Amino acid sequence: MEKRARFESRWLPYALIAPQLVITIVFFFLPASQALYQSLLVQDAFGTSTQFVWFDNFSDLFRNSEYLSSFKVTAIFSLLVAVLGLSVSLVLAALADHVVRGAGVYKTLLIWPYAVAPAIAAVLWLFLFNPTLGVVAHWLKGLGIKWDPLLDGTDALTMVVIAAVWKQISYNFLFFLAGLQSIPKSLIEAAAIDGAGPVKRFVTIVFPLLSPTTFFLLVVNIVYAFIDTFGIIDAATSGGPGQATQILVYKVYADGFKGLDLGSSYAQSVVLMVILITLTVVQFRYVERKVQY
Amino acid sequence: MSQRISRLARLAAALAVAGAATAAQAVTEIQWWHAQTGGNNERINALAKQFNESQSDYKVNAVYKGSYPEAMAAAIAAYRAGNAPHILQVFEVGTATMMAAKGAIKPAYEVMSEAGEKFDPKAYVPAVAGYYMNSKGQMLSFPFNSSTTVFWYNKDAFEKAGLDPNRAPQTWPEVVSAMAKLKASGHACPFTTGWQTWTQLESFSAWHNVPFLTKENGFAGSDAQLVFNGPIQVRHIENMQDWLKKGYFVYGGRKNEPEAKFYSGECAMMTTSSAAYATIKQQAKFKFAESTLPYYADVPGAPQNTIIGGASLWIMAGKNKDEYKGVAKFLTFLSQPEVQAQFSQATGYLPITMAAYELTKKSGFYEKNPGTDVAVQQMIVKTTNNSRGIRAGNMPQIRDAMDEELEAVWAGKKTAKQGLDDAVKRGNEIIERFNKANKG
Repeated sequence: MEKRARFESRWLPYALIAPQLVITIVFFFLPASQALYQSLLVQDAFGTSTQFVWFDNFSDLFRNSEYLSSFKVTAIFSLLVAVLGLSVSLVLAALADHVVRGAGVYKTLLIWPYAVAPAIAAVLWLFLFNPTLGVVAHWLKGLGIKWDPLLDGTDALTMVVIAAVWKQISYNFLFFLAGLQSIPKSLIEAAAIDGAGPVKRFVTIVFPLLSPTTFFLLVVNIVYAFIDTFGIIDAATSGGPGQATQILVYKVYADGFKGLDLGSSYAQSVVLMVILITLTVVQFRYVERKVQY
Repeated sequence: MSQRISRLARLAAALAVAGAATAAQAVTEIQWWHAQTGGNNERINALAKQFNESQSDYKVNAVYKGSYPEAMAAAIAAYRAGNAPHILQVFEVGTATMMAAKGAIKPAYEVMSEAGEKFDPKAYVPAVAGYYMNSKGQMLSFPFNSSTTVFWYNKDAFEKAGLDPNRAPQTWPEVVSAMAKLKASGHACPFTTGWQTWTQLESFSAWHNVPFLTKENGFAGSDAQLVFNGPIQVRHIENMQDWLKKGYFVYGGRKNEPEAKFYSGECAMMTTSSAAYATIKQQAKFKFAESTLPYYADVPGAPQNTIIGGASLWIMAGKNKDEYKGVAKFLTFLSQPEVQAQFSQATGYLPITMAAYELTKKSGFYEKNPGTDVAVQQMIVKTTNNSRGIRAGNMPQIRDAMDEELEAVWAGKKTAKQGLDDAVKRGNEIIERFNKANKG
């Protein structure tokens, strides 16, 4: 049987994908090529003098030890956000899937954080963790734990990771819950009859069947941690203390908008774009093979 | 038929009259982008309103465009799109960037002389005028709101610790003994500082008459190198690291966040901007006083003068003659001693001309608000090459690097010498990139 759809008309298929193509060209290819071109220029802030410098902006970047340390911070941050975000929401979704009474309330409450703007989420956590005013900071002090995100890089990173994870849990939760609910009950019941306990059922049946959802969420969460956490970093730590929370996307902003060094900022955004494209391609080529649809 | 014609004629006549009326009322609009919030925002709007009501040819529109860096980025984007405002308020550390953008700005002295308006740099407090002057002594921007670094202390806390509340510590060793007494009396935070790079390094260097960068602090050439890792600065940062370890100094953030620690009563002493006055006065539930920045008495030439903060007004290029005339008229309006004295008293910014200072003094403002003249007293001396100001391209980025390195010192990850050496090295790379971008 022929699987491929066939169109009688010559132009219809093109017309159908045209809107998507236009959007991709206008909002991705044009700005991306502009960034590529500008990354080869050195310009003053007002654009009154411009020089074409080939790859000087890039070589300057990779000679800069602060930029290289920003890679390390981004890797640690993204990994933590993705892994913690996925595991916490998977646990929540698995538990919510079992709730019978009041399930609607639980689900609604768990989805709420998604409606909070990143900067507000950051300020909220900042208040909780503020060494002088924060409730959490007060508890930590009570437990004898030294807490100072203004000076301690690890504390600051912990704080932004928690805020970023909290913000993304709802999204992950929704997808996991939908994934869980689409798993046929008969499979799980059959396993239960065969004597498999809840943990065994989860590991051998539920988790493999969830893998398409998990894979999709992994890609989305990595991109989220790389790009969308900007608001949280900006409001909570501004990249500090030192450069403990300066992830790549924050440095693009800081150097471009605050530092007015546009050439370097463009070069950094090109590097960021290359990293994200590579990561996504790798995920699709290698991780997806292990996914069972 | 004839009726219709007459009606048409009447309509035409009415239109002609209306047209003539709009031509007569054609006021030239002047866009003024600024970054003042809260009470200061209201003051700005009041200034524009006062000017608009004083004449009918020009109308100044004051528009708030976000924080200083945001307003500057917005104006740059607008300039690139051919839509720049006439007047832009730029913070002091953006000065070198504006000066280098030769095609994008029109120097203030030029705007004023072409319009035949009086504009005398000598009328200004020297440390203010010097900051915005080129090497020929011409004013490139119009000084507007200037503040400087001062010392604040909580009089009630001083009294509780057995210190004389009417005598502020003058030198750093005196501050240390005050910190020890405050700590002993149970104060959790004896000292904090706002704007650490400005108060502890930039202004600190000028106050001790030591260079911050070569080439007369960058005023004699843009190829200057940072040198704030000298023995006097290293000694001070080393001391601060030690105070932090002893719990004398509590770090509160890079910008003005630490000010909240002072007016909430948590910290007893603080170095920060003189423009914190309005907020402290509003929030503090204790007696407080303002004093001069502490110094090391054994350093020859100290105390010299402190460095200004705040902002100046830049005039953007590419506008027509009539618009520039309006800009010049508005700046002349702002130069009046009465206007300046009023603005300074309401905001806590410095009176930037000597005339405004004299006027404020005569009005008895300083007697009613003791300590408010400290900032002026620190400024009205003859400046040296080390104290005129600091001029380095991409200064906001250099400050970020300094902040990051200072935080590494406070966290104990680096020694003071190491931190300052690294900050100098990173800062010089930033200056090099700036010079590369502004070569053409």
